[in-house]
Amino acid sequence: MKDIYTLGIDIGSTASKCVILKNGTEIAAKSLISVGAGTSGPQRAIEDVLENAGMTHDDMAYVLATGYGRNSLDHVADKQMSELSCHAQGAYFLFPDVRTVIDIGGQDVKILRVENGNLINFQMNDKCAAGTGRFLDVMARVLEVKVEDLGALSAQSTKHVGISSTCTVFAESEVISQLAQATDKRDIIKGIHTSVAGRVAGLAHRVGIQDKVVMTGGVAQNTGIVSALEEQLEHEVFTSPLTQYVGALGAAVFAYRLYQKENKA
Amino acid sequence: MSIEVMLKEFQEIAYSPKKQLAAFKAEGKKVIGVLPYYAPEELVYAAGMVPMGIWGSNKKTISRAKEYCATFYCTIAQLALEMLLDGTMDELDGLITPTICDTLRPMSQNFRVSIGQKIPTIFLAHPQNRFAPFGIQFCVDQYNNVKKDLEKICGHEISNESIQNAIKVYNASRAARREFVKLANEHCDVVTPTLRSAVLKASFFMLKDVYTEKLNALNAELAALPVCNWKGVKIVTSGIICDNPALLQIFEENNIAIAADDVAHETRSFRTDAPEDEADPIRALALQFTAMDYDILLFDPKSNENRRGEFVANLVKESGAQGLVLFMQQFCDPEEMEYPYLKKALDAAGIPHIKLGVDQQMRDFGQARTAIQAFADVVAL
Repeated sequence: MKDIYTLGIDIGSTASKCVILKNGTEIAAKSLISVGAGTSGPQRAIEDVLENAGMTHDDMAYVLATGYGRNSLDHVADKQMSELSCHAQGAYFLFPDVRTVIDIGGQDVKILRVENGNLINFQMNDKCAAGTGRFLDVMARVLEVKVEDLGALSAQSTKHVGISSTCTVFAESEVISQLAQATDKRDIIKGIHTSVAGRVAGLAHRVGIQDKVVMTGGVAQNTGIVSALEEQLEHEVFTSPLTQYVGALGAAVFAYRLYQKENKA
Repeated sequence: MSIEVMLKEFQEIAYSPKKQLAAFKAEGKKVIGVLPYYAPEELVYAAGMVPMGIWGSNKKTISRAKEYCATFYCTIAQLALEMLLDGTMDELDGLITPTICDTLRPMSQNFRVSIGQKIPTIFLAHPQNRFAPFGIQFCVDQYNNVKKDLEKICGHEISNESIQNAIKVYNASRAARREFVKLANEHCDVVTPTLRSAVLKASFFMLKDVYTEKLNALNAELAALPVCNWKGVKIVTSGIICDNPALLQIFEENNIAIAADDVAHETRSFRTDAPEDEADPIRALALQFTAMDYDILLFDPKSNENRRGEFVANLVKESGAQGLVLFMQQFCDPEEMEYPYLKKALDAAGIPHIKLGVDQQMRDFGQARTAIQAFADVVAL
């Protein structure tokens, strides 16, 4: 029987991710470009994933787009879906017993309740950057450290520093004030992580936390955020090396299902 | 006239209030701007003037109003002031400023200070203790004050007969809108969320007798259609206002219809009639206000019973909707404070719901689009 390849494309606000899935069960190729909607990222990510798989667009049985920039891919994708449904499905692919997904994206935070891969309830942040990946970007810039170093630096913290969880602008002022007082950057970073985790945990409690809790999205690579969340939620938080691809993976799974459904029809 | 043409006419009126204002003035009519919430518009109509609702704007941005407003005032109030300051509403002959919410109370003074020299502003304080005889009397006294101020603008006395007639006209209009809401649910394939909103919004920019005649004609045509077998999702909307076509369009894109609403700009504004058998028509209008219930803005002596939350949950069930979408206006304290109670009641009733943070300066609805699309997925399960 001929193998079926489906392509999931996740265009976020800060990165473009693609996953090609073989027969709905096996990851055949993936790609990631660190710029998102409105940039060359989506096109480059698609070209990369096809090149990595040694395939062309015509080899894809079904293409599904998700993420903030999903609506800009009508010329490439057969269908688009919200990233919430795709993250639920992608997390289920990696962790079949997942019940709660925490996705901290570039510009929003999503808490998903999942049953058998289906999204059954969710909460998103208000119209505010506090608690999002953008918040961490801003703070890293102010602190003159790389975003990817935040986790390791916060692990070296020895002293509690409180940072506001209310507003990115206010929090930035607080961080500058702490720097002016010569507070150790590592303690400030830990304070920032606690601040983000506090805001995310508040949102998560609105949905209700159930094990297994899985964190998806690029921010899940920040071990400081993950441990701060574990502390605040009092639940173990699982992540995957494929964390950045979870949305695209879920999109590829849905693409496979839709292909099957339409072919049966 | 076809349903499509009738809906289009309502839409044109809803989207061009300035044109309506100019047309009324060209006819030699005096026009009174009426801010939210619950002003006795009947008194304006009885005076032979035109009441026009002012519920902010989806097209303007706040600039001049910042001179007078704290940043935490809702955009509805700030954009109303913006339009009064930038000349959009220079042709108004007066302005009624109710004060039932914490933002509108100080805003009433901001309006007075900023444009009071140009446009007479009429202060209206509703009683929160509205059930006791003293509360009713307070409301009567306030409405009499409004009447006197309106008489100064129109230049003649407003007779009891004309107020009684206005009450009948407004009750008929409220009944027509309630009927339209019911028919819009039955024919949501024809009356899309955008059109539903436009039909109800147009009522704020037309004389109510003209509006009601037009709406009754539309209702008759809708009633003659077979009830649609809607395959998509049905929801109830809640909040202060949800009239932005760009936002409502997202519901249409996701096959989501509006079965009913708990929106201040929509059903909450025409849920309660005024009694027609009261000898004193001012008292009749006061009794209408005191009879209002299940409203975030109004004091509920039994609030610990969460009656409003249950009322909204029942509205979802009775209308055949599968969920609720709450349009949370940024900086709307009453809605924000009530949300935990509403959420509790909806959760208890097993009703899926989402809260969309909105304000009238929003032009991009990317996050709302994601939430609405995901909500459609959740509800469809």
